[in-house]
Amino acid sequence: MTISTLKQLSADLAKGQVSSVELTKQYIERIQASSINAFISLDPDHAIAIAEEADKRRASGENHSLLGIPVAQKDIFCIEGTQTTCGSKMLEGFTAPYTATVIENMHQQGVVSLGKTNMDEFAMGSSNESSYYGPVINPWTNSASPLVPGGSSGGSAAAVAAQLAPAATGTDTGGSIRQPAAFCNLTGLKPSYGRCSRYGMIAFASSLDQAGPMTHTAEDAAMLLNTMAGFDSKDSTSLDLPAENFCAELGDSIEGLKLGLPKEFFGDGLNDEIRTLMEAAIKHFESLGAKVSEITLPNAELALPSYYVIAPAEASSNLSRFDGVRYGHRAENYSDVKGDFSDLEKMYMRTRSEGFGDEVKRRIMIGAYALSSGYYDAYYAQAQKLRRLISNDFNSAFAECDIILGPTTPSPAFQAGSRTDDPVSMYLNDIYTIPVNLAGLPAMSIPGGFTQSGLPVGLQLIAPYLKEAKLLNVAHRYQQETDWHLQQAPIHGGQA
Amino acid sequence: MALDNETVKGIARLARLEIAEEDLPKYGSELSNILLLVERMEAVDTTGIDPMTHPFDAHLRMRDDVVTETNQREKFQAVAPNAETGLYLVPQVID
Repeated sequence: MTISTLKQLSADLAKGQVSSVELTKQYIERIQASSINAFISLDPDHAIAIAEEADKRRASGENHSLLGIPVAQKDIFCIEGTQTTCGSKMLEGFTAPYTATVIENMHQQGVVSLGKTNMDEFAMGSSNESSYYGPVINPWTNSASPLVPGGSSGGSAAAVAAQLAPAATGTDTGGSIRQPAAFCNLTGLKPSYGRCSRYGMIAFASSLDQAGPMTHTAEDAAMLLNTMAGFDSKDSTSLDLPAENFCAELGDSIEGLKLGLPKEFFGDGLNDEIRTLMEAAIKHFESLGAKVSEITLPNAELALPSYYVIAPAEASSNLSRFDGVRYGHRAENYSDVKGDFSDLEKMYMRTRSEGFGDEVKRRIMIGAYALSSGYYDAYYAQAQKLRRLISNDFNSAFAECDIILGPTTPSPAFQAGSRTDDPVSMYLNDIYTIPVNLAGLPAMSIPGGFTQSGLPVGLQLIAPYLKEAKLLNVAHRYQQETDWHLQQAPIHGGQA
Repeated sequence: MALDNETVKGIARLARLEIAEEDLPKYGSELSNILLLVERMEAVDTTGIDPMTHPFDAHLRMRDDVVTETNQREKFQAVAPNAETGLYLVPQVID
């Protein structure tokens, strides 16, 4: 078995070498034989019916590049008629009554949704260990103790790395596409805020959330983003821009490209092996004609504190909709809730305490505290001012360089269970990814090599607002010169 | 600064969460650690800096005042834990 890219599968389908039904069945067989827990739900009959439809569309002359290609969908996206859990007990058995715009766009182009992937509960986590549906095993695990796939899009990352799907969707609020992509040797793109509609994507932190592709190559990411992105009147923050072909710049020379290295991303917290691999990647870019210089993001260290106010505050507001009244879990017995509360309040409290896991409860509580009377200015308003400073830093940096390069994570994939007792140590995974979300910029993680013990390392590339096409080409040019992204994970296909 | 049990209870109430008495110290210590991380913000002078509420300072769009959505009450209420004749049923709130 070798890595299958979307580009190659698209060509195979166009030539009639394989049908969508054959391809879809092949991936479903692998998923069913696999035991890495990458999927929460699967509806093989429905997927095959859609694949049959795609084959008919092709026979009648349609030729979208992704027509008939199976893609795994993060279980944060509502798909009408299918269970959508967001990794939570709160939504166990919830059948979405409508479809997210991003998914609808993909379906219109003939993409076959293969199943719903596992994720950290409500996308809150960096290891996929907060999922109600159990942890996911990183396919790059090469010893007896399992490694985490990263999170929150851990199931999507593991599914693609293990070749249970040729590509997957993810969402990124503080690194949830890029960090699992780094841990699982994938290409993951978080587009500019506003590129992909958030309609039907269960909200975590609305001013940060953004959907994006998780693939093997930058070319594939460009193809998938073409089907995901676009203006949507149902999302008030959707960008009303003309459709753009994100493949347009692929193959362009990067001679003279100005690459900026933020000195704050190469400090003491960075693992030595990752530092060495970053240095090698920088040399590679120089050999492609890039001009490298040091830049500074002086307020980068304030990103984590700012994020851990803004994201929980928005989450506490967004997750207030889970009240046991309109959808999702409702507690059966609540009369014994202690305290002077009405029956309705008791129902809310017991429902939410049963439905949410620990990490979600912690973040809702932090958010409720930060937004409460007397604390708003000290926490939420101050965090938003810091967000402005961080964004200004990027603006200054991009006056000096075209693309920013650095590590995606401070360390490679860690062992399952090793950080679950200390929430703050888990949060530190995202120190290099979070500033990008606060500024709303597009950024990618691409495979950048392996540690001595064979663990993949992610290289992060950050572009100015709306410069995805350029960003994708910079990644593509690197991938034309390297083969890290084509390495096969030790656990793949239907293996255990 | 460690949050005491009473403070944790107050926050839980705001968040409509039921936290068992024996779990209060655990939540208190975990929330305190997160707030310790967040406290680094306090030292920064942000006088004259506008809060950034969105990655791009866009205005909300206006649209024509015409009906765009059709009534799908039954479809949406089909997923409710308890609904009857178009109404969501909840525990009694008025004596």
